[in-house]
Amino acid sequence: MSAVAEVLYSQAEFRRFAASGEEFLYLVPSGGIFGVSPAVRDALDLLEAGPVAAEDLLAGLVAKGYSLADADGIVTELFQARVIRDQTGYADPPQEAVEDFPLQSLVLNLTNQCNLSCQYCYEYGEDKVATPEGKPKFMDETVARASVDHLFASAQGRRAVHITFFGGETLMNFPLLKWVVEYGKSKARETGQYLDFSLTTNGTLLSEPVIEFLAKNDIGVTVSMDGAKEAHDALRVFANGKGSYDIVAPKVKALIARHKSRPIAARVTMTQQVTNVKEIFHHLRHELGFAEVGFAPVTAAPDRLYTIQTKKMDSVLDQFRELAYEYRDYAVQGKAHGFSNVSDTLAELHAGINKSHPCGAGLGLVGVGPSGDIAPCHRFVDSDEHALGNVLEGGMDKWKQKEFLAKGHIGAKYDCHSCWARPLCAGGCHHEAFVRYGDTGHPNLHFCDWIRDWTGICLEIYGDIAVQNPAFLDAFEKRKALQ
Amino acid sequence: MKHLKAVNKKARRIEEYVASAYGDIYGQQERGGAKPAPRPHYPIGCSVVFSPGWEVDSAGGTAGLCQPAERDLYDCYITCYWPAQVPDHYNNYPDWTSKCASATKDWRDIDLVFP
Repeated sequence: MSAVAEVLYSQAEFRRFAASGEEFLYLVPSGGIFGVSPAVRDALDLLEAGPVAAEDLLAGLVAKGYSLADADGIVTELFQARVIRDQTGYADPPQEAVEDFPLQSLVLNLTNQCNLSCQYCYEYGEDKVATPEGKPKFMDETVARASVDHLFASAQGRRAVHITFFGGETLMNFPLLKWVVEYGKSKARETGQYLDFSLTTNGTLLSEPVIEFLAKNDIGVTVSMDGAKEAHDALRVFANGKGSYDIVAPKVKALIARHKSRPIAARVTMTQQVTNVKEIFHHLRHELGFAEVGFAPVTAAPDRLYTIQTKKMDSVLDQFRELAYEYRDYAVQGKAHGFSNVSDTLAELHAGINKSHPCGAGLGLVGVGPSGDIAPCHRFVDSDEHALGNVLEGGMDKWKQKEFLAKGHIGAKYDCHSCWARPLCAGGCHHEAFVRYGDTGHPNLHFCDWIRDWTGICLEIYGDIAVQNPAFLDAFEKRKALQ
Repeated sequence: MKHLKAVNKKARRIEEYVASAYGDIYGQQERGGAKPAPRPHYPIGCSVVFSPGWEVDSAGGTAGLCQPAERDLYDCYITCYWPAQVPDHYNNYPDWTSKCASATKDWRDIDLVFP
């Protein structure tokens, strides 16, 4: 019994990238981002072709001119930060979902009715998951009160909680919205927690008194718009087929002129017909005056006419890249650009987030529909199949919640286990997965290449900003601090 | 860290962890035993010690071994990384072999330990 076990070092999981003349490592799965010295580059180069015995690695570094002590220091440091590993690997499985995770955000679907008939709508379109038959169309005070109570009862220990109003068209139930704001504030005074509100709207009902109320109560507003008239009117139409741009645009301008306490955001749904990202961004940001503009592809079965085909997604990526570089140039000068897809990703990269689940759905966030049914998020509201309990009848069903979270956990998504982008992506949207694959826990494989390319672009920009204007990144820490 | 420069928040945490858990014995005890940061693995114990002739001698017995078979006891509790079923002499049973001056002769005097 006595042969010496040979120690082999190999590269652990990371992505190397260069920005502004410096080299960086994005470590997976920790999410750490390190700038690296030439010595690290030399060591990693030696491991490029595969595992190398410990003494050969040291000898290789000595041959490159490092002293033995320096070489040992380099190897030790890389090993401790888990840039390299030996053949024993690491037994660090992803964390299990926490049993009692305090709720942070409540999305109230005030109504499932809408005054528009957008073809691609996930609530009414061809791929809807909602089963609203026989359920109330408008939420009432009883359900709203129970929902807010549920939020506060489940958010113990949180410093800040959020309520988001959603629909249908949210503002079709404006009286209840006002009531919830008052009731929520009184609850927050009791518990001493910080509460803030936001809503998503199609903008058609933004009258002067509504705008006044939103501004006075510091309610964050996101307006669903798809760009300038032609793009917007392609699918965002009234029941008679008439486009809604001419109604929405002036109201949005009035909103932006009056409501200054929160950045007003636009949310664009990209479809096969609407992918001119740069043009849409510049219209919404500079002509209408939104502070932020975010884009997401429509969620739909692959064969719908409006589903974006792969080639189009490639062109979207090219445009995203150009806009992202523009964002970087702004950031280097300390200016806000407003392309929120970049700022969201940079915020996550800066924190070094490493997700067990793609989002907070069913974990820190739930949606509640007019019937009081609790859904993992607003996209599953009113769906019997996905209900996780009811606020009027005992609240969250912990078993169903557990089952939902177990399915969506990164540990259950084998396709993701070798992907370097998994700390941020974690497999992608549960709802997208359900529409595409009939399973909320299925990785969104149709977006993999796209997500990796996009994450790569954001890493590069992150590196540029870290070198040229690191103070800009501190703002992301403040933004997150309130939670 | 000399060669890696922490850029994001997570990297700063990794850096702090490695710094706090490495070489600060007092600090580790104070914090209720933070794990020391791993160093590269250099194998120790019986896997690197060439100690021939443990199991059987050339005739298939134990009489002609280079070392007495009882030497095994010590190999398992001092030099070996393997958690063998012998008492730990660092913390709880420092004296369990104190009556055993020579393993070959006195091995019967090794204490029994009932944890």
